[in-house]
Amino acid sequence: MTFRPLDPTVFWIYLAEQPLFFLALTLAAYLIGDRIAASTGRHPVANPVLIAILLVGAVLLVSGTPHARYFEGARFIHVLLGPATVALALPVFRNRALIAKQWRAIAGALFIGAVTGIASTLALAKLLGLSSATIASVAPKSVTAAIAMGIAEQVGGVPQITAVIVIATGILGAIMVTPLMNLLRIKDYAARGFAVGISAHGIGTARALQVNEKAGAYAALGMALNGLMTAILVPLLLWLFL
Amino acid sequence: MLEGITILIFLQFLGEIIAGVTRVPIPGPVIGLGLLAGFALLRGKMPEPIVIAGDSILKHLSLLFVPAGVGLIAFGDKLMAEGTRLIILLIASTAITMTVTALVFRFLTRKDDAEEAP
Repeated sequence: MTFRPLDPTVFWIYLAEQPLFFLALTLAAYLIGDRIAASTGRHPVANPVLIAILLVGAVLLVSGTPHARYFEGARFIHVLLGPATVALALPVFRNRALIAKQWRAIAGALFIGAVTGIASTLALAKLLGLSSATIASVAPKSVTAAIAMGIAEQVGGVPQITAVIVIATGILGAIMVTPLMNLLRIKDYAARGFAVGISAHGIGTARALQVNEKAGAYAALGMALNGLMTAILVPLLLWLFL
Repeated sequence: MLEGITILIFLQFLGEIIAGVTRVPIPGPVIGLGLLAGFALLRGKMPEPIVIAGDSILKHLSLLFVPAGVGLIAFGDKLMAEGTRLIILLIASTAITMTVTALVFRFLTRKDDAEEAP
């Protein structure tokens, strides 16, 4: 019996056929991202989602793995987004007394924030000379992907582009929120959380939850309410703008 | 843990059914969030199994966005034609939205406080 050295190509082909490999890769990349984020004292730029995406992306690019193959493994994590969204009722419920008292601030910031989110996107898109299909795809970018893709489809956008734009918006918002709120001297975690939930949906909410439970509750509330508001407003504002 | 996860998935499923039947443009999980919050408010208490399961999932909410986020790299080249302009657009409008929302929230909170004072 002879031992042959393991051919790395054969080994890779074997690995790449296991959905489990991409599941493990995703978990490992996130753990590394989270470790890096923690070591910087949760510095906003060291966003664990961004680091994990870059690590996984690098492996996929170098190995030439198609996204569909990756997703066969990664979808086991992806499906948990549903029950996790339902679970966002927990921080909202815990802060119910405060939320009930602040309903005026919540209603006002929701309406003006939702309108600003869509109108600023449309105005800037026109200013930058983007195509009308792109404009329809980016208009609902501040809300959670499932809602945004549905809206984009309805108003003549491309849902796949919307999905990518939504994720990019969430990551940018999660990175931006801490320095921006410090700059504006807004110290109230309710205002900070609500603002990130309105502008950067679930990824912003994940960041808020990591910083402070109250901020997380307001972010979850903002995200859920803005989903409804944006679904109503996008068709209306697109019609006014275009 | 298992009990809580089962309830969360059931509520999401119920949300999907409601979304499908009523054709409201809201995803099932968001309706599920509303159902759970409403249910807990009526009862005045959040069931313990849901607290245990929910808190453990939410602790790593960020992880759940990684698979979708990898699509940024996979499909990013489709956006390259308008890439730079899109990035400017995203950064600017996200910053504007966040700023306006926070300022309005603070403004209305202060007014409330002033009204509460005798």
